[in-house]
Amino acid sequence: MTDTSQIVEEDLEHLEETVGPARRGRLSEFWYYFSQNKGAVIGLVVFTIVVLVAVFAPLIAPHNPSIQNRDAFLVPPFWMEGGNSAYVLGTDAVGRDILSRLIFGARFSLFIGLFVVVLAMSVGILVGLIAGYARGWVDTVIMRIMDVILAFPSLLLALVLVAILGPGLLNAMVAIALVLQPHFVRLTRASVMAERTREYVISSRVAGAGVFRLMFITILPNCMAPLIVQATLSFSNAILDAAALGFLGMGAQPPTPEWGTMLAEAREFILRAWWVVTFPGLAILVTVLAINLMGDGMRDALDPRLKKS
Amino acid sequence: MSDLLKATGLTKHYEVKKGLFGEPDIVRALNGVSFSLEPGKTLAVVGESGCGKSTLARLVTMIEEPTDGELIIDGKPAKPGDKHLRQTVQIVFQNPYGSLNPRQKIGSILEEPLKINMPDDAKTRRKKAEAMMERVGLRPEHYDRYPHMFSGGQRQRIAIARALMLNPKVLVLDEPVSALDLSIQAQVLNLLIDLQQEFGLAYMFISHDLSVVKHIADDVMVMYLGRAIEKGTGEKAFGDPRHPYTKALMSATPIADPNQRRARVKLEGELPSPLNIPAGCAFHPRCPIAEPRCAQDKPELREVDGRLVSCHLA
Repeated sequence: MTDTSQIVEEDLEHLEETVGPARRGRLSEFWYYFSQNKGAVIGLVVFTIVVLVAVFAPLIAPHNPSIQNRDAFLVPPFWMEGGNSAYVLGTDAVGRDILSRLIFGARFSLFIGLFVVVLAMSVGILVGLIAGYARGWVDTVIMRIMDVILAFPSLLLALVLVAILGPGLLNAMVAIALVLQPHFVRLTRASVMAERTREYVISSRVAGAGVFRLMFITILPNCMAPLIVQATLSFSNAILDAAALGFLGMGAQPPTPEWGTMLAEAREFILRAWWVVTFPGLAILVTVLAINLMGDGMRDALDPRLKKS
Repeated sequence: MSDLLKATGLTKHYEVKKGLFGEPDIVRALNGVSFSLEPGKTLAVVGESGCGKSTLARLVTMIEEPTDGELIIDGKPAKPGDKHLRQTVQIVFQNPYGSLNPRQKIGSILEEPLKINMPDDAKTRRKKAEAMMERVGLRPEHYDRYPHMFSGGQRQRIAIARALMLNPKVLVLDEPVSALDLSIQAQVLNLLIDLQQEFGLAYMFISHDLSVVKHIADDVMVMYLGRAIEKGTGEKAFGDPRHPYTKALMSATPIADPNQRRARVKLEGELPSPLNIPAGCAFHPRCPIAEPRCAQDKPELREVDGRLVSCHLA
C-alpha cells in the first residue's frame, strides 16, 4: 500500500513539474485538502491499485484469461479443500482462471466507466450550460427532450438503443452515456440558473466578459461540486449497467472477461461454486466504493467554502 | 462643468406573463428619470425599497437596456456592446458576500477586467492589481486568498478595487455600505471619498440610509415609484425639503440627540405596486396634504427655490 501511495505522490510531483509553477500552488493545495480526508485517500489508493492492475494486466495475470483448462473445471480457491495454488481464486465452469479474468476485467470495467462518464458529463454539461444560461425556448426544448429520456426506465432505453445500434461493448457504452446524460444536464442547468443572476456574474458582465467567458470561466466552476459527485455515482452506474447489458447478451460479448459478463455467465453455479459469482461481485463493489469515496474527498477539496483559511 | 453622464427620460418597463393566454402585465419600474453626473461629484439616489433605485443602477451600468429614454456617457449614446463605454461605468454591489466569485482568488478577481479589456501581459496585470490592493487598504499577501477568507468590509474593499481596475469615470454604488457594520461603514465611506478625490470619479450613490447620504452626497435625487420627485443639492434636500414625501423621509432619520426632537411626518399605508401606479400624483394616496386635483393631474418636475420638485403644493 505504501508503494502505491508513493507512486501517486511521484505522479503528482511529475505532473507539477510538467504543468509549470503557475499551477503548482493549486495542485499542492488540492492535495493538502484532499489528504485531510482519510476515506478519500483510501479510495484513491484502492483506485490506483485497480488502475495499475488494469495497466499491467499482462504482466500480473498468472494465466491467459481466455484459455480453457479442461482438467480444472470449477476448481475452488486455493485455501479450500480441492483448491489448487495454480488457480488462486479458482476457475470457472470452463476452466478459466478467475483471478486472471478479474485482472483483465479491470481494464474493461474502468474503460467503460471512464468512457461513459466522460461522454455523458461533457455532453451533459455543455447542454445544461446552454439551457440554463440561455433560458427561453432553447431551455424549454432541451429540457423536454431530457424529460423524454428520463421518462424511460434507463436500462430499458439502453436496451432499445443497443438493439438499434447492434450489440457490442462500444454501442452499449454509447447507449449508457445517453441514458445517464440527462442527470448531468439537469444538475448543470439547476446550478447555472442559481448562479447566473448572482452579483459576481453581473460584475463580470459589467467588466466586459463575453458569453463564453461567463459560461465556462465564471459560472461553470461554481457548479462543479454536485457534478463531481454525480460523475462518481455515474461511474458505478455505468459499470453496473454495462454488466446488465452484458448479462442480457447486449453488452460485452463472451469470452470478454468483463466483470458484469462474468457475473452473468456464472449465475447457474451460484449454489454449487460460490467463488465464480462472489469475486467478480466483490471486484465491482470495491472499485465502486473506492471511486465514491474519492469523489467525496474531491468535492470537499475542490470547494473553497469548505476550506480552512 | 461638462456632464460625464446624462440621462434623459430613462424608462424601464418589465412584462410579467399571466398564464398562457392572459395579457401580460407591465411593471413600470422606472418612468422617465433624468439626471446628470459630473466628475468628482456624488449624486445620491434615495427612496424606499421598490422605488426603482436598483433598476436605475442596472440601466446606467448597461446591464439592461432602457425601454425608452436616452443615456449619454462621456458624450456618446450608451450601447451595451460598446466596450469602451463599459469600462467607463463600473458598479459596486450591496452584498459583499455575493459579489465576489467564490472560486477565484483575489488576484484573479482583480485581474479579470484587465484580462478582458487590456492588452497587458501577466506581469503588468499583477503589478496593477497589487497597486490597487494597496490603494484600497489590502495587504499584498491577500493576493492569493479566496473571498471567503475575508470579512464583509474587506470584501467590499475588494469589490471597490475591482470596479476601479479599468479606470472608470463613473462608479455606481448600489447600497455599498448597508450590509456592513456601522464602524466599518465609516471606513468604507471614507475610502470612497478619498478615491473620488484622487481619481475624480463621479458617483451615483444609491441608498436608503439618509445619514450615510448626508455624509457623502453633493446632489440628492429622491425617487418614488420610478419617478424623481425632488432633485437638488444635498443642503436643500436635507435642510429644507419641499415635497411631502421627502419631508417624511427626512423626518424618519433618527438624530442622536434626545433634546432635539422633530415633528415626525408619518406616512400611512404601503408603497403601491408598480404594476398599478395611482393616477395623477403617484404619491397622493399616502400624502398628508393631498388635494382633489392631486388625484387627476400628474405634477411635473418644476423649479422651486433652487431645486426641482414634482408637487402641486410645494
